Amino acid sequence: MKVTVFVRPKAGILDPQGEAVLGSLRSLGFAVGGARVGRLVDLEVDADDATEARAQVERMCQELLANPLIESFEIEIEGEAA
Amino acid sequence: MNIRPRVAVLVFPGSNDDRDAAWALGALGADAQLVWHAETELPRETGAVVLPGGFSYGDYLRCGAIARSATIMAAVRAFASDGGPVLGICNGFQILCEAGLLPGVLRRNRDQEFVCRDVAIRVERADTLFTSRCEQGQTLTIPVKHGEGSWFADEELYGELDAAGQIVLRYAEDCNGSVGDVAGVCDEAGNVLGLMPHPEHAVDPLLGSGDGALLLAALVDAARERVLAMTAR
Repeated sequence: MKVTVFVRPKAGILDPQGEAVLGSLRSLGFAVGGARVGRLVDLEVDADDATEARAQVERMCQELLANPLIESFEIEIEGEAA
Repeated sequence: MNIRPRVAVLVFPGSNDDRDAAWALGALGADAQLVWHAETELPRETGAVVLPGGFSYGDYLRCGAIARSATIMAAVRAFASDGGPVLGICNGFQILCEAGLLPGVLRRNRDQEFVCRDVAIRVERADTLFTSRCEQGQTLTIPVKHGEGSWFADEELYGELDAAGQIVLRYAEDCNGSVGDVAGVCDEAGNVLGLMPHPEHAVDPLLGSGDGALLLAALVDAARERVLAMTAR
């Protein structure tokens, strides 16, 4: 089952990488109000259904893919109604 | 008894201060042994463990995130929960935070730059096994070199750690945007410490400062005590 995880810096937490990207975009002449840089992880998960896949990936996020102190995550499962 | 206690210096793929740490510990009276990350056990009669600086696993995912699942880490966890002294320097600090052995997390420096210079650090607690050779309020000069050294904890966690006396070292000057200017923090029991500055690069005044030797020699003292207690059992 194909699962995509989006990891983002938590709202309100300073994101120096995003600030650098923002500054760079502005210096290239783009009108940008803000930029935050996160991470995307594509997974191929062994699971019978979407519920099981989600449960597994949630644990992966909590244990490794995201650091809950500073990052939030969102899980998208292919074929599952958003 | 003046023995040379064994101190295990872990080596992960991408560690690069392992040899400097081993050299410094050796100069301060320890029998430093490099231990590869894929080992399952620490050497016999290990009195202390050091997680050195570097860029373990290329800093993939987050600094220290992959190293926490290295096989040697189970042994380190057991050693720490048994009261064994564990010191994480720079990347080692990042690994200990990611492993949940220390509170908080190290983030990218506030000003987006790699900081590489001597910094002044204030000893907030002289009654830990890592600072037993320092005085309360003493200022140490020790170099930092990191891009992701800005320690972070939310207000609640920071308040708890501060009240519990777990903030052992603070920058005495602006360094990287760390919450509370935290440079080093210990665990609740006090036998695990992580710090961003590199004491192993400050053990000889000829190279700028010998202040790092105060921290590492205290670690060697603690390792010696542990080994002697083990052999007396």
